[in-house]
Amino acid sequence: MLPWFKHSCLKVEMSSKTLSTGSIAQARRTVQQLRREARIKRIKVSKASSDLMRYCGEHAKNDPLLMGIPTSENPFKDKKPCTVL
Amino acid sequence: MAAEKAEMDALKKECDGLRAQIEAARKAVNDTTMTAAANGVAPLGRVQLKLRKSLKGHLAKIYAMHWSEDSRQMVSASQDGKLLVWDTFTGNKLVAVPLKSAWVMSVAFAPSANLVASGGLDNICTVYNIKAASPKTLRELDAHTGYLSCCRFLSDSEILTASGDTTCVLWDLETGKQKMVYTNHIGDCMSLALSPDMNMFISGACDSLAKLWDLREGTCKQTFSGHTSDINAISFFPSGNAIVTGSDDCSCKMYDLRSDQEVTDYTDATLNAGVTSLALSNSGRLIFAGYDDFNCHIWDSLKGEKVGVLSGHDNRVSCTGVPADGMGVCTGSWDSFLKLWN
Repeated sequence: MLPWFKHSCLKVEMSSKTLSTGSIAQARRTVQQLRREARIKRIKVSKASSDLMRYCGEHAKNDPLLMGIPTSENPFKDKKPCTVL
Repeated sequence: MAAEKAEMDALKKECDGLRAQIEAARKAVNDTTMTAAANGVAPLGRVQLKLRKSLKGHLAKIYAMHWSEDSRQMVSASQDGKLLVWDTFTGNKLVAVPLKSAWVMSVAFAPSANLVASGGLDNICTVYNIKAASPKTLRELDAHTGYLSCCRFLSDSEILTASGDTTCVLWDLETGKQKMVYTNHIGDCMSLALSPDMNMFISGACDSLAKLWDLREGTCKQTFSGHTSDINAISFFPSGNAIVTGSDDCSCKMYDLRSDQEVTDYTDATLNAGVTSLALSNSGRLIFAGYDDFNCHIWDSLKGEKVGVLSGHDNRVSCTGVPADGMGVCTGSWDSFLKLWN
């Protein structure tokens, strides 16, 4: 169920299959953009993955949601008085 | 006429060639997937967080929330026409900001905590000073030609907005003018996130693409595809080298910026609801994703497995946020409640 307001704005069809006619300036911009994106240097996914894994490993001890939070240090825990029955 | 057609054909041919070149370059470095690489990483087991507080105060659907950098205050926005600033430690409401337009879709807290901003179907991003005796409108940033879907402060003098008009804009709050307009999406921009070093930002849109932008140059540096429907949520991995997206196609994806491609897909056959929002834990290991199925599901970002769920809302989870100190998760819902978990 999509929020009704989405897709309310005009979409310009710029896929390579149907370049809109009459918009050479637009086509030139697309080429310029693709050239920019094409020229970046890419590293291997294995290296990217190992860097992400290492980051997670190094920061795990500073991640309260992973490590758990002692009750006495939990800022969100309601401090209700206990009644001993 | 013929010359124009010839140029158009040449440009189209160059586009096709460049797209093929990009795909080939991505394939050349695609020597594994993150899930495979993380095979040796110890699994997390079940992540069970408890509901610590239910914040009651809004009278209609909550559309957005944002933590203050102090990890204690939080601002929420509801279509009851109010912004509420909460003290999450006590559950008290500190400030109520009445909105000119009740159709709010986004809210942001400035790093200084002096200002909050909101916007929505009015196409305007309004900035309020909440440190004044009563909330005072500081600026009305009015230039978008479509709804405001997301806003984020860089400081008390600059704010970034994303809009249904397909652009993102960097505004100067002292002059109220646009400093930069980021144009390249071909669908409504739904979400944005700033890089940890504040030099870049990412945007997700209804064209199912995520884009990385150079904030100061105004250029789109990289485009990430793979989703098959609108991207509603986007966030940086804390190292700044990867991004995570959530989509109406019911999946989340992680893209690595330096490999320039998708490295993990977070999908589950039993999950057939769109992703509305997401936030990462401080180490980046946990992804909290809010879904249309009324739950916030927890994913192991490295192994691509579902490791937990935050259940309790009676309607769609529309917003999710983890504070800077990583001490909890806040979920906001169309059921008008905000819940704090850890």
